[in-house]
Amino acid sequence: MIDVLGLTKSFGKKQVLKGANLRVEKGESMVVIGGSGSGKSVLIKHIIGLLKPDGGKVLVEGRDVTGLDEKGLYEVRRKFGMLFQGAALFDSMNVWENVSFVLLRERRMNRADARAIAIEKLKMVGLAGVEDLMPSELSGGMKKRVGLARAIAYEPEILLYDEPTTGLDPIMADAINDLIIEMKRRLSVTSITITHDMHSAYKIADRISMLYLGEIIETGTPKQIKNTENPIVRQFINGSAVGPIKVIDW
Amino acid sequence: MVRFIELLGAYIIKFTEELGRVLLLLGNTTRLIFIPPFEAKSIFKQMIEVGIKSLPVVLITAVFTGMVLALQSYTGFKRFGAESMVASVVALSMTRELGPVLTGLIVAGRAGAAMAAELGTMRVTEQIDALETLAANPVKYLIVPRFIAGMIMLPALAVVTDIVGILGGYSVTVGLFGTSSTTYWKRTWDYLKMDDIYYGILKACFFGGCIAMISCYRGFYSEGGAEGVGKATTSAVVLSSMTILISDYFLSAWLFK
Repeated sequence: MIDVLGLTKSFGKKQVLKGANLRVEKGESMVVIGGSGSGKSVLIKHIIGLLKPDGGKVLVEGRDVTGLDEKGLYEVRRKFGMLFQGAALFDSMNVWENVSFVLLRERRMNRADARAIAIEKLKMVGLAGVEDLMPSELSGGMKKRVGLARAIAYEPEILLYDEPTTGLDPIMADAINDLIIEMKRRLSVTSITITHDMHSAYKIADRISMLYLGEIIETGTPKQIKNTENPIVRQFINGSAVGPIKVIDW
Repeated sequence: MVRFIELLGAYIIKFTEELGRVLLLLGNTTRLIFIPPFEAKSIFKQMIEVGIKSLPVVLITAVFTGMVLALQSYTGFKRFGAESMVASVVALSMTRELGPVLTGLIVAGRAGAAMAAELGTMRVTEQIDALETLAANPVKYLIVPRFIAGMIMLPALAVVTDIVGILGGYSVTVGLFGTSSTTYWKRTWDYLKMDDIYYGILKACFFGGCIAMISCYRGFYSEGGAEGVGKATTSAVVLSSMTILISDYFLSAWLFK
């Protein structure tokens, strides 16, 4: 479904991606783990075409998205829904207008129908009675759920989650994990999640890949990752400051 | 010396780079104006933001500028017996120069700052990325309405400034110095040509486009959190104001031959 082939990207003198390879099968939940600054966000932004790579390809159903013109890019993006780290709700609109943004703007749906669909999608993410609130009136967890409702409103085939549990309390984080599993089950979507929350990764992943210094260094099922021999991966999943990954340069 | 040339070179490269990016954004914006869907609702909203909400400040500035212009030129011209020319001076200064430039500076400070801050916040909170993922072109959705609003509302405000400024001059000349009302209006129209008004409006239109473009550019490409948004806002106002004042000279030299 999605093939990332030898992706490279530099910002100024800093090379963030150094030939990353990743393959995601249809219907699979792929979780990319990695430390802060390992290039996870940069990787996911390439998949949806928000960034252009210096080299390499991103194939979505066999079609290279890196060389597409604006029209082609927007066409491919229809297949994607993305949940941003801070939810990225439009703060000039209320909750239901956020959720049905695409329906209102692009599909020219009338407001009553769009609102009804928004309420239904909000129910799917476990929210009721918030449709007329403004984003600024919501808590962090609620914002993420509204962000998820917006991402699924136009029924995409692929969902991208950027640090879905970061900044939430453990209970809310687990609720989001359950939602991610629920979305996969009910909508049979393919998903890519980037996170450094191992609890979340084990729970939602079919397979886990670790990004380190701009490359994918290991891929496997949660079980394989737990039993890995790779010292770098071991250090990361055990959350130890001591090991081959240097946290502080002495 | 070498260090100086290095710095100068770096500055020139940075300037050229930024100018190129602004022009690219301008090209993209102009192209997108003519491609549907047309964001009538957003354009209307921005016209209110830029135009209607700037009106109180513009009115106060205009009336007092007209008044002080009349006051100063009356007392000054009295020294060589040219008091009768006050009305003409007010009319010409307002329409050719002060109408467009003062409105431009006010709108740069009010609406330009708001544009940069709003787009900057949207950038750092990933709302602009979100627009992209929802397949809405952010340039079309955010910049085009602001650009159109600037180009339409600034000339409209400039005309208001012209009229209110002349009325301000009238109140001082007629009310304070006792010139007859008929003389004031006659003097106003005696030397005022339609071209003065048209070219003033044209300048205002140009300033409106510049303010919207520069402010949107600064906000759209801001980075680095709250501090970045603050910087973007400041530089939007400073750059817009500088552009207005500098381009005003050249536009005037070219238009009013």
